Order: sequence, then structure tokens, then C-alpha cells
Amino acid sequence: MDIFSILPIDVVGGVILLWLVLGFLGLALQRSPQLICKYLFPAGACISLVLTLTALWALGSAPNIAVLPLGLPDLPIHLRLDPLAAFFLILLGSASFGISLFSAGYFKTMTGRVLGLLCLEYHLFLASMAMVLLADDAYMFMVAWETMALSSYFLVTTDHAIPDIRRAGFLYLLIAHVGAMAILLSFGVMQAGHGISAYTFDAMREVHLSTFWSSIAFLLALFGFGAKAGVLPMHVWLPEAHPAAPSPVSALMSGVMLKMAIYGILRVTFDLLGTQLWWWGVLALALGLITAVFGVMFAAVQGDMKRLLAYSSIENIGLLLVGIGLTLIFHVYGKNTLAALSLTATLYHSINHAFFKSLLFIGTGSILHATGERNMGQLGGLIHHMPWVSVLMLVGVLAISGLPPLNGFVSEWLLLQAFLLSPGLPNSYVNMLVPVAAAGIALSAALSAYVMVKFYGVIFLGQRRENVPHVSRFEERPNSLKHAHDAGTWERAGMVWLASGCVALGLAPVFVVQQIDAVSQMLLGAHLGNATANWMFLAPIDTHRASYGPLYFLLAVLGVMLLTVLLVRRLYHGRSRRGPAWDCGYPAQTARMQDTAEGFGQPIRRIFEPFFKIENELPTPFDTHPKYHGISEDKLWYLLYLPLKSLIEKLSGWVSLLQHGRIHLYLAYTFVTLIVLLIFV
Amino acid sequence: MRNPEQIFAILFQLTQLLLVVLAAPLLTGWVNQCQAWLQNRSGAGVLQPYRVLHKLFHKDALIADNASWLFRITPYIVFGCMWLAAAIIPIIAVDLPFSRAADVIALVGVFALARMFIALAAMDIGTSFGSMGARREMLVSFLAEPALLMVLFTSSLISHSTQLTHIVETFAHYKFILYPSLAFASVAFVMILLAENARIPVDNPSTHLELTMIHEAMILEYSARHLALIEWAASLKLFAYISIGIALFLPHGIIGVGNWAGLPLAVGLLLGKLMLAGAGLALLEAMMAKMRIFRAPEFLGTAFLLAVLGLLIHFLLGA
Repeated sequence: MDIFSILPIDVVGGVILLWLVLGFLGLALQRSPQLICKYLFPAGACISLVLTLTALWALGSAPNIAVLPLGLPDLPIHLRLDPLAAFFLILLGSASFGISLFSAGYFKTMTGRVLGLLCLEYHLFLASMAMVLLADDAYMFMVAWETMALSSYFLVTTDHAIPDIRRAGFLYLLIAHVGAMAILLSFGVMQAGHGISAYTFDAMREVHLSTFWSSIAFLLALFGFGAKAGVLPMHVWLPEAHPAAPSPVSALMSGVMLKMAIYGILRVTFDLLGTQLWWWGVLALALGLITAVFGVMFAAVQGDMKRLLAYSSIENIGLLLVGIGLTLIFHVYGKNTLAALSLTATLYHSINHAFFKSLLFIGTGSILHATGERNMGQLGGLIHHMPWVSVLMLVGVLAISGLPPLNGFVSEWLLLQAFLLSPGLPNSYVNMLVPVAAAGIALSAALSAYVMVKFYGVIFLGQRRENVPHVSRFEERPNSLKHAHDAGTWERAGMVWLASGCVALGLAPVFVVQQIDAVSQMLLGAHLGNATANWMFLAPIDTHRASYGPLYFLLAVLGVMLLTVLLVRRLYHGRSRRGPAWDCGYPAQTARMQDTAEGFGQPIRRIFEPFFKIENELPTPFDTHPKYHGISEDKLWYLLYLPLKSLIEKLSGWVSLLQHGRIHLYLAYTFVTLIVLLIFV
Repeated sequence: MRNPEQIFAILFQLTQLLLVVLAAPLLTGWVNQCQAWLQNRSGAGVLQPYRVLHKLFHKDALIADNASWLFRITPYIVFGCMWLAAAIIPIIAVDLPFSRAADVIALVGVFALARMFIALAAMDIGTSFGSMGARREMLVSFLAEPALLMVLFTSSLISHSTQLTHIVETFAHYKFILYPSLAFASVAFVMILLAENARIPVDNPSTHLELTMIHEAMILEYSARHLALIEWAASLKLFAYISIGIALFLPHGIIGVGNWAGLPLAVGLLLGKLMLAGAGLALLEAMMAKMRIFRAPEFLGTAFLLAVLGLLIHFLLGA
């Protein structure tokens, strides 16, 4: 073999190493924070770009395998770069490129020691995610998975001086570990008692499990990865941890890390487990649907912009799970082209969500820097002060609402097409379930438009809510909204990258589907060849069934708009004057009369009242100092988590009966155990 | 491009593009005139919307001090989206070249895009009515959209396509046989049409009473050419919805492109259907009263259930 022939997997290994080097360099350079921001983060971004290109190359080539003689004795590290891993590496690389660029500007104000540590944790986080994707044995996978959880935990608790943030971090760590245990057990089941030699994924692929045991393995994996992804009811950490973390970290966690869990589910279900059962698909579909509707419903009533986005991430994870469920159902019934269609929709949505959610999260970072405020009810009118951020965020908002011609629409369209093709399944119950699920998808998509109008409208539009009494539980606002400044150059660059990603993914769906075909071919043995016949029109099955040409569409709308502008100017005139707002002739308008985030969410609270735990304190009309106070909380926290917590406390109370901390008692326990064992054996 | 059929198709497409934009206000005028007759008034005539538009275009636009660029471009985006949507629905001829760019699901997306912009523009000035209108509009839309998709799903499942061209071809071949599933879907569709086009009983296009406005509250700050474009877009939206209804439930008489001989009949039939639909709309509005905003979920919930019922009937009976 030629020494100069480099395989994609070598490059990816190099990328991981370089990220680690950058991280430790950051620790070493903590005395000069300027250098870290100016050079290390942009360098990390360049490495992300290399990773994206390499993964794109790997997607088209055969799987690469590497065995590194590292790690424990007799347990070498197995690595493998196949199309599935390559696709998620593209997602990781392309999203983290924008986020790292943004970070270079965002972390400028940090002090040296914190920044040095953060730089280490940040790059360790990136490297561990790449390692999760490369791992080809359970041991390496778990090590990488845990590194990912721990590094992100430390990133979440960057501001650990604030008790709320410590609490959020702890909750995240707890649920991440409960999930990790389930994943480990799932690997244990799949290894099927073949001893230590069967810890590689290759060995697991060879094992033939009974339906019972493969169901157990699937359920454990769904639970474990679901906990990481935020699937109901393991979602509680998301709305706590995402707001607590610095914005680029929230972007990485929401945009990229959640997808690692999706990757895990796909890897276990379609690659490691040899057989699938139809009810797994139904379970995933139902769970995903509940998660999606729940997530978007709660997003609609949030007042904190990052919490809102976190709930919206829960919704999107739900949609992805619906896609996985549908893929499973089709695959089990042997409809592999349709399975490929829904898998394509799922993967497409993964990368879309990585782009638009990262964009929105880093955008909230810019807003936070400019105003020091996370509560949407204290913002408003930022479109006049932050032109770049407002335009780029508008792209993100339109994309996440699933509107043509941006990327969110393409994946939703593909998913709905998959639903429309579902009749013809042999199981009539599943057939009946599918339209209801499609309605749920439509509901959550429409609701997410509601949420995003609220998000964008309350933050960027309207008048500045300056004179609103400050009720935030965070530090005082450093400067008035009037002095809110736009994002800096690095921040802009990161946002521009992600926003143009949203546009490009929306306008060139055929190219993206072509890339995803390699993954479908690998997992399902089928792909959407037809969809790529004509580069202008995406037609997943055939053009008579359905087609969508976003570029054509965009050009037509733009052409029609231009024509309108020209005709109006030509036939009439373009004169305009400025004046005070009309508002039905009401003269005394103040910024407080606009809807706040709570006000905008009020109809949702009212319609979906049974799902929330609502506490309202309404003032009477005669109050001289009227105070409104309303909290909408998650019922599951009270119905599931608190009882679970008290149960565990009770159990551990019983255990503590044995514990007295005196050494002679413990010696006595050992002695008694020994005697008992001797009697039995 | 040398192919005469393709040239005909483009010709048909451009004709329809021009036709819908010119005819849409006429439909609104017809509905208003029918309403006037039902209310025992003589009415302003079917051409009144044109006069209003002409007047509005002549005026100087008054823009609120606080308005941003979003407020100014929204009328053009909304108008462009609605115009395009109305232009790709097969009402006279199928197989229009634009229709490949967007199927029915994408059409719903186009309406959603326009709605999103108009709601954002409503919040831009920062008045109490603007944000109230935006909130209510989004409320109505998120209730109506799933129902609309269910209606579209029913017809897509019967015709095995989401392309309107193909749906129309399928349905037009089954002469006058009534599908039970489509009967349910059509009732649901009418209810959605009322809600989405800001008609009674969900909204009232002629009200400016503060507490009952939805659509009017959103466009309160618009004046002159911006208002004209938005009003025109509203006419186009009504036209597009009625066209979708015709394509789904009464597609008989729609011809293929290049069929010159069938053209007069097709245009005549279309005119008849539109007049009938407009008169029906006026009659429905005359018979109902506007309901409270929080009754809207019940109204649209009923529409949704009817649509799902249609879908289930399709599954059970295969019809």
C-alpha cells in the first residue's frame, strides 16, 4: 500500500487530534485571551471545514476501517467511517464551522482563566462528538459518549457562580447518565453473552438475537438515546440546560449534540440489530408525535428566548423520531423505497435543524450581548438597532417555521409525502394511525410558525419596551435598548454561514438528497434514484405524484414581486410620508401596550389548558399598583419527576439503615456474608 | 422550446397569470354585491373594488414613524405569493408549466409564508391592535392548517398525487360520482375557506370594531399603495381558495393545455362556478353571525374532525 494514499478516516482522525491540540493550547494561552479568540476559535472553525469536506468525500466512497492499538490491553480501538457516520460528520463540521466563527467574537469579553478552560472544553466537546461517530466498538463509543456528556456539562456550568445554572447542569448530568447506563445495557444485550471478544460493532452485527432480546435492546437504546435527545418524558433537562449555557454552547448542544442521539438510534436500530419489528416503529412514531406537539405547545408559552428555543428543539427531535418510526414501519413491511423516503426526510431534517437552530441560538447570544436580557418581555424594536442580526435571524425564523423556499420546508414536505404514501401497508391499524400522525405533524408545524412569529415579533419588532419595570431574575440590564449594538464581524460571519446554509439547503434539495442516498443505500438497501433525475425539481417517487422546485418557485415569486414594484412605480408613484401610528385613532400609545411574550402565548395557554400547570395572579381593576404574575409549568415535573425523586429518596433511606459509618459494623457485615455464602456453597 | 405544446403551455400560463390578477377583485366585488342584494341594498356594483384600488394607488403612503423595512416590503411579498399561488392552480387548463414548482402542500406553504410576513408586519409598529391581530391570525391559522392538510390528503390519497394537475385529471374522469369521503372533505374545506379568508363567522372583513378584528387589525397601519396591494392580495387569496375548491370538488370542464376548441366552454364553466361560489359565500355569510374568538377553535376543530372523518371513510370504504 502506498504510504501517500490517505483515507478519509485518517483525515478525520487528524481533525480530532488537531481539535484536542487547540483545546490544550487554549489552556496554555490563558494569560492572553485575545490570542485564544483571535486565533484558536477561527482555527477550530477551519478544522471544521476540513472535516466537512472530508466527510463529503467519505460519503461517496466505501467504508474505511481502522484499528488503533490504543486503550486497554487486548481491547484495541476500532474506528469506522461509513456513509451514516460521514453524514453526521458533515452535520457536525458544517454547523460547528459557523458556531466556532461566532465564538471567536462572542467570547471576546471573557477573562483569561475561564476562557482557557472553555476553549479546552469546547474543542474536547467537538472532538468527542466526532469520536462518537467514528467509534466502531461499544467501549470506544461509551468513552466518547461520556466525554461528550462531561465536556458539555462543564460548558453548561461555565457560569457556575449562579445557583440556577449549577442546578441545571446537575439535572443535565443526571439524565445524561441515566441514559448512558441504558445505552451500555443495550450494548450488553446486543453482545449476547459472547464475552469480551464481542464488544465490537462488527461482532454485534453478526449476533442473531431472538425477537424478545432485540426488542429489549431496542427499547434500552431508545430510552438511552432518547434521554440525550430530549424525548418525552426525559426532556426536562433541555429547557434548563440550554438557557444556562453560553449561547454558542447552546447552539452546539441543540444543533449538533442532540443529533448524536439520533445517530445512535439509527445506528443501533438499522445497523447493529439485524431484525426490526413493526411495533418499534409505531412506538417511535407515537413517542415522536407526543414529543413534537408537547414541545411546540410549551415553546408557545415561554417568555425566555432561550427556553423557547429549547422547547422548539424538543419539538424538532419529536419530528425526527416520527421520521425514524415511519422508516421502521416501511422497512419492516418491505417497502424499502418508501423507507428510504422517510429516512431521507429524517436525515434532511437533522441537518436543517442543525443549521437553523444553531443560527437562532447564536443570534440570541448576540442579543444577550447587546442588551443583557433574555426575557423577551423586556426587549422589542431591535430591528432598528441590530440590522444584521435581525435579517439573519429572520432567515432562521422562516426556515424553522417550515416555509418555502427555505430548508425547513423541504424536510417537512418529504415527511408529509412519506405519510401520503403509507396506505398500502398490510397492517390496517398502522394504516389508520398514519393519517392521524400526519395531522399531528401539520399541527406542530403550524404551531411552530405561531411560536416563531412570537419569537421574532416580540424581540425584534414593535417599540422598545424600555420603561417596563424590571422583573428579571438576572443581573440588571447594562445598557438601554437604544444603545443595543449590532453583532461584531466574527459573530456576523458565523451567522451568515449558517443562514446561507439554510438558504442553500432549501434551494438545492436534489443535491442534498443525492448525498443522503448513500446513507439510505447502506441502511436500507434502497435509495431515491428518481428524486435526483432533474436538478430543478425534487420528485421523490415520480413527477406525477409530487414535485417541488424551490429555485423555480423563488425566481417566480421574486419576478412577480419585481414586476409589481415596477408597475406600481410606473403607473402611479412611489411617494410616502412618515407620521405617528394610527392604531384606530388611539392617541396615547406606550410600549407597554404591545403584546409581551406571555400575552402572545395566552391563546395557547387557554386552548391547551389541561396540559399546563398554570398559576395566575391577576390584578383587580382597582389596584393602584397592578401586578400580573403568571407561570405555566410542565405537569410532568410534578407528576413524574418529583414522585420518582421521593421514591428514590425513600429507597436510599432504607439503604442508609445499613450504613452507620462504623468500621466494626462493616466488618461484621462482611463476616456474616462470608458465613452465609459458606453455608450455601 | 421548439415544441409547440410547450409554447402553448407557457402561453396558457401567462394568460392565467394575467387573468387571475385582473379577475380577482371582480370576484370580491361580486361577493359584496351579492351580500348587498341579500341585505336589500342596491350595492356599489361589481366594479367597486377596482375603483377602491385605483383610489388607494393614487394616494401618498403614510408610514408610521416606527416602521422598519419589514413593514414596507411585506405588501409586495404577500401580493407576489398570492398572485403566484392563484396562477398555478389549474382552473381552466391543467399541466401549466409553473405547477410543477409547487404541489398542494407547497401551496399551503406559500399561504403560510404570506401569513407569516403579514403577521410580522403587524407587530412591527408596536401598537396594541397590531399584535392582537397577529396573535389571533396565527391562532386561526394553526387551527386551520392541519384541517386543510387533511382535506388535501383525502384528495391526494384518492388520486395518488399531490399535484393539483394530476388530482384534477383523476377527478374529472369520474363523471358525477360522489365520493363519500370527498363530501366530508368539501364541508371541511368550506369551513376552512371561511376561516382563512377572514370571513364570517371567524372574522368579518367589513368590521373595524376593535375587539372583533383579526385581519383588519393586522393591516390597520397600512395605507395607500401598500393597503391596495394587501387588499388585492386578499382578493387573490379568496380567488385561490375558491379555485382550489373547484379543482378538488368540481373539476369538470377543465381542459388540457393547447385545447383551443374546449377553451370557450372551459372559461364559461369557470365563470359559472365562480359566480356560484361567490353567491354561496355571500349566502353563508348572510346566514351566520360572527362568533367569539375563543369559539374559533371549536369551529375549526369541527372542520378538522370532518376532514379526518373523510379520510377514515376513504380508508374504510376505499372511496
